[in-house]
Amino acid sequence: MEYFIQQLINGLTLGAMFGLIAIGYTMVYGILGMVNFAHGDIFMIGGFVSIITFLVLGLIGITWVPLALAIMLIMAMAFTALHGWAVERLGYRALRNSNRLAPLISAIGVSIFLENYVQILQGARNKALRPIISGGVELMTSATGFTVRLAYMQIVIVLAATILMAGFSLLIARTSLGRQQRACEQDMKMARLLGVNVDRTISLTFVMGAALAAVAGLTWLMYYGIIDFYVGFLAGIKAFSAAVLGGVGSLPGAMLGGVLIGLIEVFWSAYFSVEYKDVAAFAILVLVLIFRPTGLLGKPDIEKV
Amino acid sequence: MQATSGRSLADMVKDALLVGAISTALAFPLVGFKTVDRTTQIDLEFRFGGMFYAVGVITLGRLLLSLIEAGFAQPILAVTGALSVLWLANQVLDVVQLDNEVLGWLTWMAVTVIAIRAWIYFRRAEADKAEAEGREYGALAKQAAALGGRALHFLGPVGVIFAILMPLMPFADQRMVDLGILVLTYVMLGWGLNVVVGLAGLLDLGYVAFYAVGAYSYALLSLQAGFNFWEALPVAGACAATFGILLGFPVLRLRGDYLAIVTLGFGEMIRLVLLNGPDFGLLRLGAKGIGDIPRPSFFGLVFSPSAPEGHTTFAQYFGLDFSPIHRVIYLYYIILLMALITNWFTLRIRKLPIGRAWEALREDEIACRALGVNPRNTKLTAFAIGAMFAGFAGSFFATRQGFISPESFNFLESAVILAIVVLGGMGSQIGVVLAAIVLIGGPEWFRDLALYRMLAFGGLMVAVMVWRPQGLLAHREPTIRLNKLRPPAVAPARVKVS
Repeated sequence: MEYFIQQLINGLTLGAMFGLIAIGYTMVYGILGMVNFAHGDIFMIGGFVSIITFLVLGLIGITWVPLALAIMLIMAMAFTALHGWAVERLGYRALRNSNRLAPLISAIGVSIFLENYVQILQGARNKALRPIISGGVELMTSATGFTVRLAYMQIVIVLAATILMAGFSLLIARTSLGRQQRACEQDMKMARLLGVNVDRTISLTFVMGAALAAVAGLTWLMYYGIIDFYVGFLAGIKAFSAAVLGGVGSLPGAMLGGVLIGLIEVFWSAYFSVEYKDVAAFAILVLVLIFRPTGLLGKPDIEKV
Repeated sequence: MQATSGRSLADMVKDALLVGAISTALAFPLVGFKTVDRTTQIDLEFRFGGMFYAVGVITLGRLLLSLIEAGFAQPILAVTGALSVLWLANQVLDVVQLDNEVLGWLTWMAVTVIAIRAWIYFRRAEADKAEAEGREYGALAKQAAALGGRALHFLGPVGVIFAILMPLMPFADQRMVDLGILVLTYVMLGWGLNVVVGLAGLLDLGYVAFYAVGAYSYALLSLQAGFNFWEALPVAGACAATFGILLGFPVLRLRGDYLAIVTLGFGEMIRLVLLNGPDFGLLRLGAKGIGDIPRPSFFGLVFSPSAPEGHTTFAQYFGLDFSPIHRVIYLYYIILLMALITNWFTLRIRKLPIGRAWEALREDEIACRALGVNPRNTKLTAFAIGAMFAGFAGSFFATRQGFISPESFNFLESAVILAIVVLGGMGSQIGVVLAAIVLIGGPEWFRDLALYRMLAFGGLMVAVMVWRPQGLLAHREPTIRLNKLRPPAVAPARVKVS
């Protein structure tokens, strides 16, 4: 029982991060109908910007943890969002009206480019960071001596993810930008006719997705204390699986899917085998696509001729 | 010539400065700082010099591009063209040593791109002017292009003859022939993937899985069942094709981009199974890989300095002195033969009903359904045939290396093969060859730049998609038309109703 609760906590933490990345996939898919294959690498860049900001802060002498964290968060979001914007502007915008595969191939190109760009600039070895927020509370101890620990870091991650997702849902539901975004998602041509600046809306979609991925990158770095240039590949695919599981195009679906994928991965490694935890995520993706392509909360996608 | 566009110089400078500012912000965290691993912690180093240099090049380049459109194409072409050639000459002759090779190459690329843009713009402006004056422009150039097009027809046969003669040439040392083997392996893989991606239009991101299946099948068959290479080859191909059908069957209902991601998932799953796989007794999977895979023999003649029991060596039989290059040359001819068979098979099957169904399916699946083409079987055949060629290539890879491990079959490998197909022009056979030579052969020659190989792959994939989505040498024409003499009077418009 205690073991189960511990895994539940770990799974929720991991799932919160996947959910943050998955939002970027699902929004871009909703508005452009393309799989932004490079989104995982945007997440990785978020992690790298975070670690560099942390080191710079150390050089300047800002060591008060809350302030340092706030600056890291802002920097990571700003610079990563800029990368997301640039990727859309350079890699995808020209392909908006071409066939379905061209943007995907371009996105794979962007992904390969970004991975190697970071590898060349920052080195291939993984970067370790000592824990910034350490410690935790012990919730309970079982008769066999297994202690359930809730790390402060996990609380921070789940809280941050929840706040961001709530704020983001409000942004999409209530603000003018959110309305424009949803309008473009439903019918881009009509939205344009009604005076929505489609290019700007799409750019902002990428910017917002990248900013959320940057938060995931920051929390990933602090949670695992390690990051390398290749981390975005697997995390990206898992987050994409989460988006598909929740129903591509649906925001609550992405969050739900993220949490589910996180739980599945953690429980799979806890009860079955650690080696095959990635296989579990892929298997979920394949099974969902085959048996329920619309996902849990997605709308059916009818192809019109 | 001096037709100025609407923008003033101030606007252009403003635009260039904006681009400069954005690139500064993009470069600042990742280029400006470098994380350096120390024994106990990570330190930072600064690279602002290089960063500002790169940003300066970008800003200036943007300004020049605007100026080209404002009508200064000719002088810019002269200056940048001369600079580009001078730089190349310097690289060859080594007159001036640069203290930063990478920034030098980056600058050269920027200058060359500007020169090309200026050239295109210049040509276009000249053609417009000629049209306005009513004379024909570039008749000579058109003739040259037609001649080039005709020469392209001979490129195939000439290339084949060259490929056959290459190992016998005096300049062909072992390294050269080895490189030829490598390039031909990728040519074969590219041709195989071309069936799936180029002809049938199914983006397969897990192609390397079938390559792995072929390699492991051969390793298993030869080590456990004692098959020789030629006996194992068809079985390995059949195994891979079976895997193609098994994996293809559930996913073929999916739309293009989903299919791509699912094949990627399958590819990774197969790799993970190979990596962590349990010991089946017969099949020893695992991260250690499989070694001591038998080399192929030439009709029972082995390639080794001394013959094992009951065998004759190749060198003894033909009365030659033993040389390791014999085996390399033999391997070269095997892969050349296999690649040529792949090519021949693809060219022939394109003309059969199934091949035409692939091309039709690529263009419009719903129309195909309406016309009675069975999409599932058609796609499955493409998957199976593509997988079969990957299986053949995988067997060859295993026998050539003598050692295989799961790390040889990661996603990057799939991406490289896909890059070859995409850059070569999906559906074009000769394009795949050219792309394989440039992408695989090139980095082998410029070893110093090997680090930048994948970076260039990624960048090129984006650039080709943005500028020429059909690939460098596109082949999207149907292989067979019903009425050859009468091309459609109106270009078939792709009507999109959504």
